[in-house]
Amino acid sequence: MGYKTLIGLEIHVELMTKKKIFCNCKNEFGGEVNTHVCPVCLGLPGALPVMDKEALEFGIRAGIAFNSEIEKEVRTDRKNYFYPDLTKGYQISQADLPLCKGGHLDIEIEDGVKRINLERIHIEEDTGKQLHTEDGTSLLDFNRCGVPLIEIVTKPDINSAEEARLFLEKLRSTIKYIGISDVRMEEGSLRCDVNINVIHDEKKIKSRITEVKNLNSFRSAVKAIEYEEKRHKELLEKGENTDNETRRWDENLNETVIMRRKFGASDYRFANEGDLPAIKIEDTWLHEIKENLPELPHEKKVRFMVEYSLGHYEADVLTGSRELAAFFEEIYKHVNDSKLLSNWVMGDVLRRLKEEDMEIEALHVSPKDLADLILMVKDGKINNNTGKKVLRDMFESGKSPEIIVKEQGLIQISDEGALEEMVERILDANPQSIEDYKNGKDRAIGFLMGQIMKETKGKANPQMVNKMLLDKISLR
Amino acid sequence: MDIAKLKAWEMREKLLKKEISSTEILKSHLEVIDSVEMDINAFITVDRENAMETAKLVDEKIARGESLGVLAGLPIGLKDNIMTKDLRTTCASKMLENFIPPFDATVVRNIRREDGIILGKTNLDEFAMGGSTETSYFGNTKNPKNLEVVPGGSSGGSAAAVAANEVAISLGSDTGGSVRQPASYCGIVGIKPTYGMVSRYGVMPMSNSLDQVGQFGRDVRDAYLMLKGVSGFDPLDGTSSHKSGVNFELENASLKGLKIALPIEYRDLRVTGDEKIREVFDNTVKLFEREGAIIQYVSLPHLKYALETYYIISTAEVSTNLSRLDGIRYGYRTENYETLDELYTMSRTEAFGEEAKRRIMMGTYALSAGYQDEHYKKALKVRTLIKNDYDKTFEDHDVILSLTSPILPFPFDSIINSPVDMYKADLYTVPVNLAGLCAMSLPMGEVDGLPVGMQITGNRFQESKIIRAGYAFEKVVK
Repeated sequence: MGYKTLIGLEIHVELMTKKKIFCNCKNEFGGEVNTHVCPVCLGLPGALPVMDKEALEFGIRAGIAFNSEIEKEVRTDRKNYFYPDLTKGYQISQADLPLCKGGHLDIEIEDGVKRINLERIHIEEDTGKQLHTEDGTSLLDFNRCGVPLIEIVTKPDINSAEEARLFLEKLRSTIKYIGISDVRMEEGSLRCDVNINVIHDEKKIKSRITEVKNLNSFRSAVKAIEYEEKRHKELLEKGENTDNETRRWDENLNETVIMRRKFGASDYRFANEGDLPAIKIEDTWLHEIKENLPELPHEKKVRFMVEYSLGHYEADVLTGSRELAAFFEEIYKHVNDSKLLSNWVMGDVLRRLKEEDMEIEALHVSPKDLADLILMVKDGKINNNTGKKVLRDMFESGKSPEIIVKEQGLIQISDEGALEEMVERILDANPQSIEDYKNGKDRAIGFLMGQIMKETKGKANPQMVNKMLLDKISLR
Repeated sequence: MDIAKLKAWEMREKLLKKEISSTEILKSHLEVIDSVEMDINAFITVDRENAMETAKLVDEKIARGESLGVLAGLPIGLKDNIMTKDLRTTCASKMLENFIPPFDATVVRNIRREDGIILGKTNLDEFAMGGSTETSYFGNTKNPKNLEVVPGGSSGGSAAAVAANEVAISLGSDTGGSVRQPASYCGIVGIKPTYGMVSRYGVMPMSNSLDQVGQFGRDVRDAYLMLKGVSGFDPLDGTSSHKSGVNFELENASLKGLKIALPIEYRDLRVTGDEKIREVFDNTVKLFEREGAIIQYVSLPHLKYALETYYIISTAEVSTNLSRLDGIRYGYRTENYETLDELYTMSRTEAFGEEAKRRIMMGTYALSAGYQDEHYKKALKVRTLIKNDYDKTFEDHDVILSLTSPILPFPFDSIINSPVDMYKADLYTVPVNLAGLCAMSLPMGEVDGLPVGMQITGNRFQESKIIRAGYAFEKVVK
C-alpha cells in the first residue's frame, strides 16, 4: 500500500428561485450592475431580511435528492467577517444546525458503485462581486448579493481526481434534475472548493490539508487535485510537509498558487440571526415537496433498464440529464424500438453534441423529426448511410427529414429491375473483382458495392445489392 | 390659546371639530422650538419645510371633508435612528453624520398614512447606546424639567422634545430601557411595546432581538395614540407579529381587582440606597391597594442575572449589527488608508465614539471562538430562564409594578465615565426586553424636584392591561 488521497468537496450552488433569498429583488444572472438591489440586499441601516419560502423549498429538494435528514426547524446564523462584497459585515448562513444533515451520492467507478457521504447541506446568501479595473481601483456589483445558495459539504470520501470528477458530474446532473439550479460553472452558479491531503498508513505519515479555490470547471478541479496530490506526496517523500493553507488554481500557470495561510481555525463569531425567526418545516409541506419532486436520476435509470430493456451503460448514459431522457422517451413513443433508438441517440446524436460541446436542449432537431428519420431507415425508404447523412443535414439546417430526402432525391432505390441491370453492368466491368472474391478476398464485394453506391449517389438499397452481387457472382 | 401645551389627543379633538387647523398646531410647536431648542437641544434635524407642507395637506383634506388618520395634524419627533427617506438620519454618530436614507422605515410610512406631521429627528446616545444621551456626536440634550440634569437615554431627545412641548408625541427605540428611563427622567409617559408589536423595518438595529420602537406622550392617552398610529403587522419585518395592533377603550379602566405582582428580588435590592425614591414607590403601591388592586410579592429567581445576561447578548448583537458600517458603501470613510484593512480600521476608529467601541469590543469578545460557549450561549440559556420566570408570574397576575430607574436623573458628566454604574441603572428595564414583554413608564411623583417614574410590566401582547392600568392610575393621581 502506498499513499491514499483524501478529498472533501465544498460545493456552492446558486438556486434559481424567482426572488433573492431575503428580499424581493429579481434573482437573475447578469443585468446592468447594481440594478437588482434594494435596501435589504444592500445592507442599508435598519433594512431587514425575510426568508423566501421558495429558496427554502429548493434547499429541501436538494436534501431529499441527496438522501439527507431534513431539519424540523430551520434557524439561521450570522457569519461575521469584513469584506467589500459583503454588505452587512456578516453573511446569513447556518452554523450548528444545517437545513440538511448527512446524506450521500453514489458514483460508478471501475470496481462498481461507491458511496460518497455528505456532511451537510445548508442554505445561505451569496455575496456581491468585485470588479477590478486596469488602474487598480475596485468596483462593486451587488446584483448577486442575496442570491440564494446551498453549500454541499462532503465527507473526505473521495480518493482520486477521477472520483471527484464522477461525483461532480453526478451531483450536477442530480441538481439539474430537481430543477433548483442551472449549475453553470462558467456563470458561477456552481462553485467548488477542494480540501485535500494524503496519508500513508504504513509509514504513519500524512500531509496537512490544503484548500483549493478558484476552480472554474470540472477540468480545472481534476487538474488541481492531480497537481496537489503530487505536491503533497513529493513533500512527504522529502521528509517535509504541506502547510495548512488556501491555494488557488491558476489556469495559465497550470498549477496551484498560495492565497493565504490558515493560522488556527478562522473565527467567524457565529451568532443567531434574530431577524429571521425559526421556521417550522411541517410534515405536510415536506410530504408535498417529496411528492412533487421529479423522478431522480437513479430511479429513472432503473426504470429505463426495465421499461426499455436497456443495459446498465445505455440506461446510465440516456438518463444522464433529464432533458436527454425526455428526448429519448419522446422519440420512443413513435419508434417503439428501444435498441434501434438507443443506437441512434447514443451514436450519432451524442457524438454530435460532444463535438459541438452543447447540451441536448440546444439541439435543432425535434424528437418527432428524429423519430421520422429512424422510421424511414427502418422501413427501407432510405438506407442507413443516407440516414446518417440526412441527420447531419438536420443538425445543420433544422429541416425535417422528409424535406431533406425530397429536396436531395435520396429515396432509396429498391427497384429490382433497375438494380439488377446495374449489378450486371458493374460485374462486367470488373472481372478482376469477381476473381478476387472467388479466391477468398471478401473485400472485393465491398469494392463492387462502392461502385454501385457511387453510381446511385448512395441511394441503392444495400441489402438488395449485396444479395444480388453474391447471387450473380456465384452464377458466373 | 397655547396649542403646544395641550395634550396630543386634545389637539386632535379640536382639529376634528375644526377649532384649530393643522397649520396652527404646527406653528405653535415651531414657536416653542424657536424659544427653547437652543437650551434643550432635543433635535439633530428640524424639518420645518416638509412639516409645513404636510400640515397644509392635512388642512386641505379637512377642507375636502376627507376622513383623517389617527395621528392627523400632530407634530411628531422621531429618534434619529429611524430611517426617513431623503431626510438625514445620523444615529447621533459621526459615522452617519451625512447619511440620507433612500427609504422610509415602516413606522414612518405608518405615520404618513395616519396623517401625522414629522417635525424632526431627535437626539440620542450614539447608535442608541447609553442612558443619558451624552454619547451623542451632536452634543447633550438637556432635561426640560431641570437643565442641569440629563434627560435620560438613549431616546433622550424624543423624551425631552415631548416634555418641552416641542412636539406633541414622539418615537424612540427601547433595547433595555431607552424609552422608559428617559420618560421617567423627563416626567412623561413612555411605552415599550411587546417585541413584534411595532415594525423594526428601517430602524437602525442596536440589539435586534431586544429592540422595539417605543412611544412618548405627555399622558397615557397620548402615548397610546402614538402606539395606535404605528403598530401593526409588517411583512417586511420577519419578527413582526400577526397579533400586533392595538384598539381598546381607556375610559372604563380601573385598578379594582387588578392582580399586581411585586418581585421580591427588587425589594431586596439596594442599588443606590436612595430611600426617597423607594418611599415614592411604596406610596404608589399603597395607592393601588386603596383603589382595590390586589398586591402580591412574587419571586423571579433569575432576575438577579438579568443585567449580565443583557449586556452579553446586547453587546454581542451590537458587534454584528454595526459591522455594516465599514466605510465601503456609505457613511464615514477615513482619508488615512492604503490597504483595505486600514480602510476598515481607521474609518471605524475615527467615526465611532467611545461607548460604541466599548460595546463592539465586548460583544466581539462574547462571540469569539473559545469564549462564546461560556458567554453568549450561556446568556441565551439564562434568557430563557428569565422568560420562564415571567411566564409563571403572569399565569396569575395581570401586571408587575416596579421603579423604572433606581436613581434620579443625574447631572451631566457625573457617571458617564463609569460605564458599569451606568449599566447598573438599567436593572428594572432590561429584563422586560430579554423576555420580549411590554412595559410602560409613567410619572408617580417627585424627589428633590426631579420626576420619578413607575414601571408597569405586562405579558406579551397585553398592552391593553398596562395601558389601562396606567390610565386608571393617572386618573386617580390627578
